[in-house]
Amino acid sequence: MLASKIPSGPIEQKWEKSRFEMKLVNPANRRKHTIIIVGSGLAGASAAASLGQQGYNVDCFSFHDSPRRAHSIAAQGGINAAKNYRNDGDSIFRLFYDTVKGGDFRAREANVYRLAQISVNIIDQCVAQGVPFAREYGGLLDTRSFGGVQVSRTFYARGQTGQQLLLGAYQALEEQVAAGSVKMHSRSEMLDLVLVNGKARGIITRDLVTGAIEGHAADVVVLATGGYGNVFYLSTNAKATNATAIWRAHRRGALFGNPCFTQIHPTCIPVSSEHQSKLTLMSESLRNDGRVWVPKKKGDNRAPGDIPEDERDYYLERRYPSFGNLVPRDVASRNAKEVCDEDRGVGPGGRGVYLDFADAIHRMGEGQVREKYGNLFDMYEEITGENAYKVPMRIFPAVHYTMGGLWVDYQLMSTIPGLFVAGEANFSDHGANRLGASALMQGLADGYFILPYTLPNYIASNTLEKVDTSHPAFAAVKDEVVKHVAKMVNVRGKRTVDSIHKELGRMMWENCGMSRSEAGLRSNLARIPALREEFWHNLNIIGTGEELNQSLEKAGRVADFLELGELMCLDALQRAESCGGHFRVESQTTDGEALRDDEHFCYASAWEWKGDGGQWELHKEPLAFEYVHLAQRSYK
Amino acid sequence: MNLTLRIWRQQNVKAPGGFVTYPVQGVTPDMSFLEMLDLLNENLQAKGEPPVAFEHDCREGICGSCGFLINGVAHGGRRGTTVCQLSMRFFKDGDSLTLEPWRARAFPVLRDLVVDRSPFDRIIQAGGFITAPTGGAPDANAILVPKDSAETAFDAAACIGCGACVAACPNAAAMLFTAAKVTHLNSLPQGQPQRDRRTLGMVAAMTDELFGSCTNHGECEAVCPKKIPIEFIGKMNRDLIRATLHHRGE
Repeated sequence: MLASKIPSGPIEQKWEKSRFEMKLVNPANRRKHTIIIVGSGLAGASAAASLGQQGYNVDCFSFHDSPRRAHSIAAQGGINAAKNYRNDGDSIFRLFYDTVKGGDFRAREANVYRLAQISVNIIDQCVAQGVPFAREYGGLLDTRSFGGVQVSRTFYARGQTGQQLLLGAYQALEEQVAAGSVKMHSRSEMLDLVLVNGKARGIITRDLVTGAIEGHAADVVVLATGGYGNVFYLSTNAKATNATAIWRAHRRGALFGNPCFTQIHPTCIPVSSEHQSKLTLMSESLRNDGRVWVPKKKGDNRAPGDIPEDERDYYLERRYPSFGNLVPRDVASRNAKEVCDEDRGVGPGGRGVYLDFADAIHRMGEGQVREKYGNLFDMYEEITGENAYKVPMRIFPAVHYTMGGLWVDYQLMSTIPGLFVAGEANFSDHGANRLGASALMQGLADGYFILPYTLPNYIASNTLEKVDTSHPAFAAVKDEVVKHVAKMVNVRGKRTVDSIHKELGRMMWENCGMSRSEAGLRSNLARIPALREEFWHNLNIIGTGEELNQSLEKAGRVADFLELGELMCLDALQRAESCGGHFRVESQTTDGEALRDDEHFCYASAWEWKGDGGQWELHKEPLAFEYVHLAQRSYK
Repeated sequence: MNLTLRIWRQQNVKAPGGFVTYPVQGVTPDMSFLEMLDLLNENLQAKGEPPVAFEHDCREGICGSCGFLINGVAHGGRRGTTVCQLSMRFFKDGDSLTLEPWRARAFPVLRDLVVDRSPFDRIIQAGGFITAPTGGAPDANAILVPKDSAETAFDAAACIGCGACVAACPNAAAMLFTAAKVTHLNSLPQGQPQRDRRTLGMVAAMTDELFGSCTNHGECEAVCPKKIPIEFIGKMNRDLIRATLHHRGE
């Protein structure tokens, strides 16, 4: 079932070789082929623009009012590329090596190597489009180091790298819209996938303004719809980010890869109350100069300034003397949770730890700290009302990124022929943990440089009979969608979507978040189906499906999260090892560190939907490590 | 704290709208403005009333989705802040607030506080890009960009396309939005080949989309959540004169 289609030969030549072997479509025939792209973030917009330029007929869909709103805009830090402009020992192989190791050996080597190769072309492409990257005085590109790697390979545009890269892709997309090769369908949400003779041939969408449910046919469908961190309700993801497109495709036969692999970012502003709707990330760079601590004593309510030095526990420095406050994201997050579980957390609800700049201010002076981190301190004050130059910041980990997604082969095609998946929506390149500044790289690699080869190859290698929306398959799926929407509207119960979503989020965060135990996961597996029942019997949506109805939009997404959440717990339960962001309490070393089990779990999991009510079949794609040798990570 | 909200309610683009007054109780200072509206919406739904529709997504001031007028001021009047970043800390018990959507002929109201900003996309289509088909780019460092140009380009590119500038302008002009994109691309060496075409195309699109003209009120700069300076409008006007002269008689 799982043919990864990794080309043979040395890893350096795999992509080159497969590009040559791929079939081409004659330029005169491209116009006759329609490609549907769902999502207009980095992966979707870059694919739509590139394929439009090649002459294909592209239909691009976004539930936003404009393609420019996609959540890629929120990425702050930067984008990695193995340019070695710094002459500091970087290379394609080193970026590949760092990414495989950082992913804790749960990604496919061949994909990661290709990503590292393409990284250099991405920067060229973005500069040509006018992305305003940071520059040196001589006019060359500036870079910085990021996320614990030892080279300076991260290109950035102030704190808005994602926004600027997306604007580059968005502008290229709008140019194609003007040229007539791309048709943009904004405020249009994909609610299902249509298969004809086993191949993906179209989608069903809902117009979010009128409520009209419509079919759209194509030769090939691309999902570039982002990640599913919002299953946790509270996350750093934008509010509308959801799993519906990939989940509906999963229900139609696309296997779901590594659903439990979630990245929890250590430096976010803690939850302040029940009303919190969203978590805000603070740049990881703060850990370069801030010191993380909690009181030694349990339940210590004193103000931070009243706690003397010898009653503070700088726990990261204590446990990891060589990396200290700069341990990787997963390790920092887990330790924060542990000290809070010991009742040593600070701030409202005790779910926070201090990130203290007093020493840095003493050493460098307030002016220099302001120069380095001023905008972050301002942002913190805007949200919390606290001045972090005077009192330590409070931080707590938050869900940030999902490494899992639809399973794809080397060509980025899912297990449904003709259904391709790009960006965060697929499971491909980050293994069990994503390195900083790699998400932007992967989204753009998929959209600019991989799909424009692999989609034409699919079109050229398959006989695609002419299909339009008059085909009975469209009417059948549309009918199901209409009924699904009506069913939600007609529950007419007592609970709002948000209240159910919050309850799911709490369960997921408690038992499928930073640390996971068999007992906790089993409890979720019992409670989630019950909550799903509650949803379908007690949901309250005001209004109808034939109007702009934001509660209905949310309900459709939460209905899918209620199924995906269960699969995440199932996946976390079967993977009885700790790796990357997945920490199983049963699998740790004697000193409490994550313990990987390569003998039993050196594979990517790929789940097949077997019908309603929590039925799945697990398939395994074995992972082989020929170039980066399996080793246990250590940051002591 | 307890507040009184007067909110513009409108069922759809064709229906007439009007203000409806709602009390909101139990607002805490740690809430964001939108979380306060979430609270109102939970209460409305419990009573069987339709929640207030408003746009939002990232809730950290970068996606440009959110925005409405609070007591007549776009994004609520705190400098350099979108409405999603606005904290309830800045309000006090008993405050009375009027919320209404962006008001401009080019931005029809779709529902309640939601407007159609698609004219912005069409202004971009008219020239807000650099033609660089995927694959043909030279090495990134082959194009030298002076640091000052890169900084100016970035200052302009920081625009999030929220539409506050249009809402604040007495003429409902889209000059600040358009000038920001023109300045971003026209400041860079990569943007030079299409400089005239871009400026002429985007300015014409602005008029076609029924936006008004700039008469130097400066309201746009005052409400811009990304602090885009009004001097960019001057830069765009200079580029417009330059392009018009280059293309005389065409």
